[in-house]
Amino acid sequence: MNSPPLAEAFVLAHPAPARAAPAARRTPVWRTLFGDAVSSGITLAALAGLLELGPKLVSWGLVRAAWSGPGTACGGQGACWAFLRSKAPFILFGIYPPEQRWRPAAMVAMFVLLALWTLPPSRWTRLTLWLWAGAVAVAVLLMSGGVLGLTPVPTSAWGGLPVTVLLTVLSLAIGFPLGVALALGRRSELPGLRWMSIAVIELVRGLPLVTILFIAAILLPLMLPDGVKLDNLARALAALTVFSAAYLAEVLRGGLQGVGAGQAEAGRALGLSWWATTRLIVLPQAVGNVIPALTNTVVVIVKNTSLVLLVGLFDLLSAGRAALTDPKWPGPYMETYGFVALIYFVICFSISRYALWLERRPAFGASS
Amino acid sequence: MTETATPAVEINALNKWYGAYHALRDVSLSVGRGERVVICGPSGSGKSTLIRCVNGLETAEEGQVLVQGVELKSGDRSIDMVRRSVGMVFQSFNLFPHKTVLENCTLAQVRVAKVPPEEARDRAMYYLEKVRIPDQAGKYPGQLSGGQQQRVAIARALCMDPKVMLFDEPTSALDMEMVGEVLEIMVALAEEGMTMLCVTHEMGFARRVADRIVFMDAGQIVEMAAPEAFFESPQHARTQAFLGRIAH
Ligand SMILES: Nc1ncnc2c1ncn2[C@@H]1O[C@H](COP(=O)(O)OP(=O)(O)OP(=O)(O)O)[C@@H](O)[C@H]1O
Ligand SMILES: [Mg+2]
Repeated sequence: MNSPPLAEAFVLAHPAPARAAPAARRTPVWRTLFGDAVSSGITLAALAGLLELGPKLVSWGLVRAAWSGPGTACGGQGACWAFLRSKAPFILFGIYPPEQRWRPAAMVAMFVLLALWTLPPSRWTRLTLWLWAGAVAVAVLLMSGGVLGLTPVPTSAWGGLPVTVLLTVLSLAIGFPLGVALALGRRSELPGLRWMSIAVIELVRGLPLVTILFIAAILLPLMLPDGVKLDNLARALAALTVFSAAYLAEVLRGGLQGVGAGQAEAGRALGLSWWATTRLIVLPQAVGNVIPALTNTVVVIVKNTSLVLLVGLFDLLSAGRAALTDPKWPGPYMETYGFVALIYFVICFSISRYALWLERRPAFGASS
Repeated sequence: MTETATPAVEINALNKWYGAYHALRDVSLSVGRGERVVICGPSGSGKSTLIRCVNGLETAEEGQVLVQGVELKSGDRSIDMVRRSVGMVFQSFNLFPHKTVLENCTLAQVRVAKVPPEEARDRAMYYLEKVRIPDQAGKYPGQLSGGQQQRVAIARALCMDPKVMLFDEPTSALDMEMVGEVLEIMVALAEEGMTMLCVTHEMGFARRVADRIVFMDAGQIVEMAAPEAFFESPQHARTQAFLGRIAH
């Protein structure tokens, strides 16, 4: 008898030794699937759906599909994979000169490798920052050419995945610091700065992205002084960047509100400057507070780049649409949009898995 | 004036308002080098406000604060200079939760004092040893008890080699059994001759280490005396009432 009887005097006689925790009980699979009426219902409905759809999908995508050949090979009841086979390079690279396609391909590969390199927070150093800046410069040179014997290719001929990647990378890379500035500005004690930040954020958030894209495409050239010409791509990039900045700013502001005033005070009391305190102490915690919301915004920004097709740019989605207009093929929409969707999905899903992993890092103040 | 003659902290006729509320009223106080001053008083009497004026976390509308002869002026480089020589320990620790204990202690050394990282590490370990938690250096603050966190906060401040240490109720957020371990460190620090300006209600600590006790009420210094005189024969009625309340 070791537990104290209620309301009586008690003195511990035998200290209980520590024991290993019991093995975690796992719910058997059958109970998850058929444990109660609701589970059984859902399981049966899902099974019925699978039985109904599965064979159809297999038949469409595998059995009756046309895997190769010209446009005439398609047109039956099956998927037209032959189309993707012949058009994939065009969808991926648009009207970029076919014999030069290694250039956009190399650019995309470079960004993918760099992104992989940057994943662990321990690599978020000044060196990495310079690597990214260098990569952007190399990307632009590689794509536009005119140096090192590369054939010049005007931005109007850029297209497909490289445009999507470039717009995403740049609108985030420029938009994030701008967003930080706007978020800090909105919380500033200087009224001028505060009101300016509020005005920018609210104005941009109050307009649909399409409107901002049109403003950038049509009004911006009129507003710029004579002789200054801004490339079409650069204008769309400007629109995407301010849009990203405004949304990121509001997400970050939420994160900043969650960092106690004591943190900045402790930094200042140690003699750190305002900027050092903000950068090293406040911002990492603010970002850590709102990783789910930030991820959401970033994913939306990635997908938003597809709207540039409305101002005549040739991103991945527009390239897919353009490929479909070829009269020699019966227009396999499912296959083409499926292909484009798959690329977007891989990008966005990777981002959200990465964010989930990042969220658990103590470097963002996740309590362990 | 010679080096030792300049007081560590000199506060002259300080007046501070929060909006219309007059939080500090004509407060003057001089703390000599190596002197330990304990500030006590009822809640809302302006103790925190006063101590935060010493390192410029608050700025007073009127009056002067001088630290080692350097006057604090808001928006001036003097504040940075003063902050380097003044360490502060907060009631709620305010450790950086996204940095390890060691990083908490090295951050400002490297960024502010430009100490080489290796040396900063050694200094940090030296002070962590001093507060008796060198084995926790690799952990994050969230993994430590309150008492341990406060000891890290003290080590973090000491790493900057401060000439004056400010404490704002360093033990009042702690559970009873952890108060002792923090006070022990503070006593050791006092015995080494650190200049200390300490807001606390730990009267045992005050009695033991204070050279002077300052009693504040309603934004004013009501009474100031050596511990013996302060506890045995308080002069002002409000001091007597305050001591009567906390004695029981
Ligand atoms: N930021 C602020 N804005 C407005 N009023 C404030 C602010 N900080 C403090 N005060 C007021 O100033 C007075 C003194 O506050 P202070 O924090 O210095 O008191 P204290 O003596 O430290 O009290 P406690 O023992 O509760 O910590 C209080 O009445 C408080 O309400
Ligand atoms: Mg206080």
